[in-house]
Amino acid sequence: MPGVEGFMYPNEVSLLWSILIVLYPFITGLVAGAFILASLERVFRVEAVKPTYRLALLTALAFLLVAPLPLQLHLGHPERSLEMYLTPHTSSAMAMFGFVYLWYLMAVLVTEIWIDYRADIVRLYQTTTGPLRWLYGAMTLGSTNISPRALAIDDKVGWIITVIGIPSAFLLHGYVGFIFGSVKANPWWSSPLVPVVFIFSAMVSGVAAVMLLYMATTKLRKLPIDIHCVDTIAMYLFYIFVIDFGLEMLDLIHRIYEADESFRSLDFMVHTKLFFSQIILQIILGTAVPLALLFLTQVVKLPAGVRKVIYVVSGSLTMIGVFAMRWNVVIGGQLFSKSFLGYTTYKVALVTREGLLMTIALSLLPFLFLWILVKLLPPWTEGEVHVAPSA
Amino acid sequence: MTINRRHFMILMPAAAIAWQSVLAGTPEESPNYKTSEHWWGMLMDISKCIGCGNCVRACQKENDVPDGFFRTWVERYHVTDYNLENPQVISPDGGKEGFPAVEEDAGKYFFVPKLCNHCADSPCTQVCPVGATFVSPDGVVLVDQKYCLGCAYCVQACPYGCRYIHPEKHVADKCTLCYHRITKGLTTACCENCPTGARQLADLKNPNDPIHAFLKTHKVQVLKPQMATRPKVFYNELDGSVR
Repeated sequence: MPGVEGFMYPNEVSLLWSILIVLYPFITGLVAGAFILASLERVFRVEAVKPTYRLALLTALAFLLVAPLPLQLHLGHPERSLEMYLTPHTSSAMAMFGFVYLWYLMAVLVTEIWIDYRADIVRLYQTTTGPLRWLYGAMTLGSTNISPRALAIDDKVGWIITVIGIPSAFLLHGYVGFIFGSVKANPWWSSPLVPVVFIFSAMVSGVAAVMLLYMATTKLRKLPIDIHCVDTIAMYLFYIFVIDFGLEMLDLIHRIYEADESFRSLDFMVHTKLFFSQIILQIILGTAVPLALLFLTQVVKLPAGVRKVIYVVSGSLTMIGVFAMRWNVVIGGQLFSKSFLGYTTYKVALVTREGLLMTIALSLLPFLFLWILVKLLPPWTEGEVHVAPSA
Repeated sequence: MTINRRHFMILMPAAAIAWQSVLAGTPEESPNYKTSEHWWGMLMDISKCIGCGNCVRACQKENDVPDGFFRTWVERYHVTDYNLENPQVISPDGGKEGFPAVEEDAGKYFFVPKLCNHCADSPCTQVCPVGATFVSPDGVVLVDQKYCLGCAYCVQACPYGCRYIHPEKHVADKCTLCYHRITKGLTTACCENCPTGARQLADLKNPNDPIHAFLKTHKVQVLKPQMATRPKVFYNELDGSVR
């Protein structure tokens, strides 16, 4: 049979979870990570990352709006997807996605953004004209009191929502990990470490994404990059990355040392079909190199210009590495037979509902949403430069 | 237009014929069948399977199984010496058209028929986000195809590779243990067509079913017992190399 080595159960030959399902945990990971970065400022009072606070929230929202689309497009019957809300099967990890998603979208992210922007929305409502004024008027939800006392209450409520939001962000992505980690039939997925690894890799990717977005948007606005801010983000990125890498290595070492019945099959796969995506992209280029670069910035005093270049390079490589990790989990988990006697091949289609073009479109869509959100709710005051003493 | 007695007499037989074909499209009723009185499984006697593929063909015909997908299939194992870890396994087109000739004196060859194990603790039904797949009260794992989203989570969760997404219906599909037959007192299409009796439908709740005597006197095994899914397809003379 073409593309098959050894023996596959006859129904296993073609993969059912495609590149769109790779995109899904990648996107939800960015949401969770971006929110955690925002919470650094709000809850943990890390003032240095303040310039990224609102951008991180809007990034999280832009990506969260796109998160269910890959799932929806992948379903055989997308028109029935509402059944997950109406008649959820409570023992199914997947059934809870709808609720976790809604909770996170409405109770955490949208509420937090609204509270944080309320004063701005009221001001925009008062200063704009035409359809925009109507829009901002609707967005105030009738709450136009921006007295110092009202704003103080906003601040308190916002803080509480962020505190609730942190475990919710963990829940959102930990749950995505659980969807895979709880499949006992698949030894590549089945591990209690998977949800934890997913959470930390989510934080890594989200923090890196906001760091890159902050640098890109500042550059586009022709303003100087707040180096103290990016230094601080990079420091957090480095420490979270160390934990993430440690967990992934623990998983790997555990598998190698235990060498259970699936090990030879999985080991063969890593050395052949997943060699490029796992060893080259995920471990070397996507983890070892950015970790080494970030480590360098922590121990050697480098000029600001060099540090910025390092942050861009390591941030971009990190994103590639985390995407490769999602690929290796989702696609890798379907390349071998559950008989452990053979392997199949996955070829990405180009112009299909689950093909490459659709994946690219869905990857770009959050940026379109972010652009609209930034235009509607500017995360920065024009001309604002956060000047802080350099580290 | 008025219908007089003459017209009516002409129309009656036509209507009766038409009604027959309407009824043909609806499932037959089985008024005497009580789900609570049955607990279905199957017995596979590996020593009797000759790999003829009759079961696979019968299943495909009976259940309109699309080409390239299988509700049941047959694997041929080739094991040389003690190396149970590395059996050579083939199942060309699910064993539908039989198997190529074997080499003489090159170790042992045997056939393993496979189908859904209708697990009592089925991981596939556990993960279904809407409960479209379920274990019936008489122990058969079924899919409500009018309700299934086609997310394929159940396919991922089945340790035995027994499920697939139907290429035209875009929903999960699998062995129903010929539920439309067994609820009417018939056996499954695969058992019916097995020339050697290697497959036998078993009602584990029926004290008179021969399965009970067989299980008491033979050493049987289930597939992947480590998965703790409580499969109800029992294999006689199962080799340790089978997975």
